[in-house]
Amino acid sequence: MTAGWETVVGLEVHVELATDTKLFSAAPSRFGDEPNTNVTPVCLGLPGSLPVLNRRAVELAMAVGLALNCEIRPSVFHRKNYFYPDMPKDYQVSQYDQPICSDGWLDVPGGGRVGIERAHLEEDAGKTTHLGGADGRIHGAVGALVDYNRAGTPLLEIVSRPDIGSAAEASAYVEELRAILLALGASDARLEEGSMRVDANISVRPAGSTDLRTRCEVKNLNSLRSLRNAIDYEAQRHIELYAAGDAPVQETRHWSEDGRTHSLRSKEEADDYRYFPEPDLVPLVPDDEWIAEVRAAMPELPASQRARLHECGAEPDDAQVIVGRGLAPVVLGAIEAGADAKRTVTHAVQNLALDGAELLGSDHLSSLVQMETSGQLTATQAKTVLGIMCERAAAGTADPAAIAAELGFEAMAADELESLVDQAIADNPEAWEKFCAGEAKVAGVFVGAVMKATRGQADGKAVNQYLALRRDA
Amino acid sequence: MSTARAIAGDIRSGAQRAADVLEEYLGRIEAHDGDVHAFNTVTAEQARAAAAAIDAAVDEGRDPGPLAGVPVAFKDNLCTRGVATTCSSRMLEGWRPPYDATVVQAMTAAGAVMIGKTNLDEFAMGSSTEHSAFGPTRNPYDLARVPGGSSGGSAAAVAAGFAPLALGSDTGGSIRQPASLCGIVGIKPTYGRVSRYGLVAFASSFDQIGPFATDVADAALALGVISGHDPFDSTSIPAAVPDFEAALARGVEGLRVGVVSELTGSGRNGAATGSPMLGDAAGEVLGGIDADVTERVLEAADALADAGATVGRVSVPAVTYGLTAYYLIAPAEASSNLARYDGTRYGLRVEGADVEEMNRLTRRAGFGDEVKARIMLGTFALSAGYYDAYYGKAQRVRMLTRRDFDAAYADFDVLLSPTSPCVAFRFGERADPMTMYRCDTCTIPSNLSGDPAMSVPFGTGAEDLPVGVQVMAPALGEEAMLTVAAALERAAPPLPKPPLAAAASTTGAGS
Repeated sequence: MTAGWETVVGLEVHVELATDTKLFSAAPSRFGDEPNTNVTPVCLGLPGSLPVLNRRAVELAMAVGLALNCEIRPSVFHRKNYFYPDMPKDYQVSQYDQPICSDGWLDVPGGGRVGIERAHLEEDAGKTTHLGGADGRIHGAVGALVDYNRAGTPLLEIVSRPDIGSAAEASAYVEELRAILLALGASDARLEEGSMRVDANISVRPAGSTDLRTRCEVKNLNSLRSLRNAIDYEAQRHIELYAAGDAPVQETRHWSEDGRTHSLRSKEEADDYRYFPEPDLVPLVPDDEWIAEVRAAMPELPASQRARLHECGAEPDDAQVIVGRGLAPVVLGAIEAGADAKRTVTHAVQNLALDGAELLGSDHLSSLVQMETSGQLTATQAKTVLGIMCERAAAGTADPAAIAAELGFEAMAADELESLVDQAIADNPEAWEKFCAGEAKVAGVFVGAVMKATRGQADGKAVNQYLALRRDA
Repeated sequence: MSTARAIAGDIRSGAQRAADVLEEYLGRIEAHDGDVHAFNTVTAEQARAAAAAIDAAVDEGRDPGPLAGVPVAFKDNLCTRGVATTCSSRMLEGWRPPYDATVVQAMTAAGAVMIGKTNLDEFAMGSSTEHSAFGPTRNPYDLARVPGGSSGGSAAAVAAGFAPLALGSDTGGSIRQPASLCGIVGIKPTYGRVSRYGLVAFASSFDQIGPFATDVADAALALGVISGHDPFDSTSIPAAVPDFEAALARGVEGLRVGVVSELTGSGRNGAATGSPMLGDAAGEVLGGIDADVTERVLEAADALADAGATVGRVSVPAVTYGLTAYYLIAPAEASSNLARYDGTRYGLRVEGADVEEMNRLTRRAGFGDEVKARIMLGTFALSAGYYDAYYGKAQRVRMLTRRDFDAAYADFDVLLSPTSPCVAFRFGERADPMTMYRCDTCTIPSNLSGDPAMSVPFGTGAEDLPVGVQVMAPALGEEAMLTVAAALERAAPPLPKPPLAAAASTTGAGS
C-alpha cells in the first residue's frame, strides 16, 4: 500500500445453500445432471406456476445469520425485474429492504471485527452457454443455450460493511466465513466451482480518515488469490487516479486473468429494477421458537474450535488448518476419546488433506493414534492406514484395526524383533564395534537390516531402543 | 337446460349417461357457438373419453363424485395439461401446458368433464372480451352486445347453455361483471380460498378463480369443489371449507344487510340518481351508475327486508378511490408477471439479430394494444422516482379500503351494490379505455380488500337486459353471502331466457 493511503473493502459473498431442493420448487438442487432435467414448471417460469418457499433454505439462512451474530427479523421477498434469457420469469425473487438477517459481525482471525450489514435469500438464475464465440463467451457468439437446472437454486448473499482494510484481511474474512459455512453444513462454499462467489467493493482514503470515497465493485473473483490481487490492483488504481488529480467513477469492474480490472458498466447505465413486494409469497416471519430451534441445532463454530484446539496444544496455524479443513470435530473428538493430542494434530495437519477426512469418525481416528503411540503401528503404517480410512469414511468402514489387519500391519512381537536385531549385530560385527564406541549414526546399518528382513514392517524406533539397550547392558 | 345438480344426480343414479349429456351440450355448441364465440377450443374428443370413464365408473358401482358427468368450461387462462392455453393472446397461441391447474384437477376429480376453453380479454385485461386476439364473444341475450369480461366466454357459455358450469378468474370484476351482463350467477371467492396454481397470472395479489352457474346452488356446489388449501399456492388460506350448500337454506332473518351509499346513491326507489352522494362525490368520481341498475339493487334490498333481514345504508368512502388504486397496482404486477413472455422458452418467438431484439420483436407482435398499454402503465408506476407517488400511494388506498370495509362489517353482515354500473353494452360503445375501466367501479373494491363477492341476477333494466346485484361479505364470509344470494334468487322477478338458449333448449336434447 502506498504510504498515506488506506484500502477500504466491503465484500458481497453469494453462497449456494446446501438444500436438497430449490428455493421455490421441489426440483432437485443438484449439479452435473443433463441440462434442463432438474426443472419443474416453477423453475421454467411457466405461465400459472407459483413459488413455494423452501423451509430448509430459511433454516440454513437463519443458522448462518446467527453464526454471524445477526438479528433474525421478519422479511419480505421482492421481485427484481430485468430481462435476461437465463432468468426464467425475467425477474429474480430476492429479499430487498427487509432481509432475514441483519446487523451482525464476524471476527476475522488475525484481523479485526468486520460488520455484517445483512444476509438475504434469493434465487439463482440459469446458466447460458454462448455458441460460436471463443470459449463460450458472448463476444462473437452466434447463438446461446440455456440450462435451467441452476435456476431457482437458493443463494444467501452475505454483505459486509466496508470494515476490511487490506487484501490479506479480505482473504482471511472469506476463509473464516467459509469455515463457518462448512461447520454449519450450510454450503460446500467452493470458490473455484462457483458455489461461493465473492464481489469486492473497493475504495481508498487518506490514512486515518473515516470518510468513504467512491467505490468500484469488482466481480469475477474466483479464488482467494484473485481476491487479494484484485484488491491490491484496484486500490493502487484509485490511488494513482487521485495522485493525478483525477478520481475513480462508481462502476462495476471485471477482474481478468491479465491481472487487471476492466470496466463493465457505470452507475448511470445501471438498470432500474423496479423492485416491489412479490405478491405470490407471504411475509416470512420466523417466531422465537423457530429461531431457538435453529440455534439449538447449530454445531460448534470455528472460533470456539480453534480455542479448544489451542488448549489441546495445537499451534494457531495448525488449529487454523484443522478448522479450515472442517476437521475440528473429528480431531477434538479423537483427543477427548484418549488419543495423544500432539500426534492427532500432527496427523490432521500433515496426513489429512484428503477428501473424506471430514467424514472420519473421531473414535476411528482415536483408535488409530492409540495404535501408533502404543507401538502397534509404525508412523509410516499409520499414515497408510489413515489414507485408506479416508477412502472408506463415507461408507463408515474406516476401522483402523481392521484395515491394519488387512494390510498385514500386525505389530511385531518384541522377542521376534529382538532376535532380528541380534541377528543383524552378528552379521555386522565391525559396525557393532563402532556403534558401541559411540558412533551413533551406524545404527542405520542395523535398522536397515531389520527393515530389509521385515520388508519395512518393523518399528524403527523400537529397533533403536533395543540397540541402545544392548550397548548399555 | 338442467342444473349441474340435476345432471350429476341423474348420472350418479344411472338415470342418464354422461356420454348422452355431453353430446347434448356439444350439439348446442356446434349449433350456436359460431354466433356466440364463447370457446377458443372445444375439447370434444377428450370430453368423450372422460364421459365414457364416468359412465364406466357408474357401471362398476363407483361414485364419480358430486359433479359426475357435468360438462364444464374453463377460462382459457387456466392451465390444462396437453390442451392449448392461450389467454386469448397471440403470445401463447399453441402453447400446451405440461400440467393442470389445481382447480382443473379438483373439478375433474369431482367428476366434471371439461368441454372446452373459453374466450377472454387478452390476459384477462378488459371488461368486454373485445380485447381477445381471437375476436370477441357475443352476449347470448343480444349478439350485438358484449358479454362483459374478461371472463366473457365462460359467462356466455353458461348463459347460452353450452355448459351448466364454468370457471373464470376475477382480478377486478372479471367473473361478476360478465355474470351480471349475461344474467347468471358468478362468485369471486375470498382471496386465498381457491388455489391460483395454474391460473396464468395477471395481477397476482388480486387474481382469484371462481364459478359461473345458472343458479346460486350450482355456484355453491362448484365453489365447494374448488375451495381449500393448496400447498402449491403460498397465498392459499389453510382454512376448513364450509358446507356452502347448507348456507343456501338458511333464512336471512336477523342478517344485517348494508347498501353501499357510494355505489347506489342515497335515495330510494327511483330517486337514486338524484341523490347528493351519487351526484356529487360518487357520480363525479365513478362515472355514475345507471338508474335502471340502481333501482333493481334497491328493490333487491327491499326484498331482503321483506324476507326478514335488517337493511340499512352504509358508507364505504374509500371505494371511490378504488378504481384509481387498482389501475396502478394491477398493471404494476402485470408488467412483471408478463415479462416472462419474451420468446425464449415457450409461445411466440419472432427472431431478431440478438436476444434483446428477439425479445422486443416477440413482445411487439405477441401482445395486443390493451396489454401493451397496461405493461407500460405498470412499468412506469414502479419506476425509480415514481414508485412512492403511484404504486406506494395506491397501496395506501388499498389499506384504506380494507379499513373502511372492516368498519362497515362491524355493523353489517353483508353489503349490497350493483355489480355493473350498466347492462350489457354494444360492441365499440366503450372504446375509450377510461369508459371501459369504469365498468369495474363496483367490483374492484372487493378485489382490493380480498373479500368475497358475487353477482346474482335480479330482474332486467334497459332493453330488457339482465341486471346483477352484487353481494359482498367479509373475508371467509362466503356462507352469509350465499345465504343472502339464495334469498335474492328466490325473490327475483323471473328472468327471460336468452333467445339463443331458449331456442337451444327446444332443439338441443336428443340431437
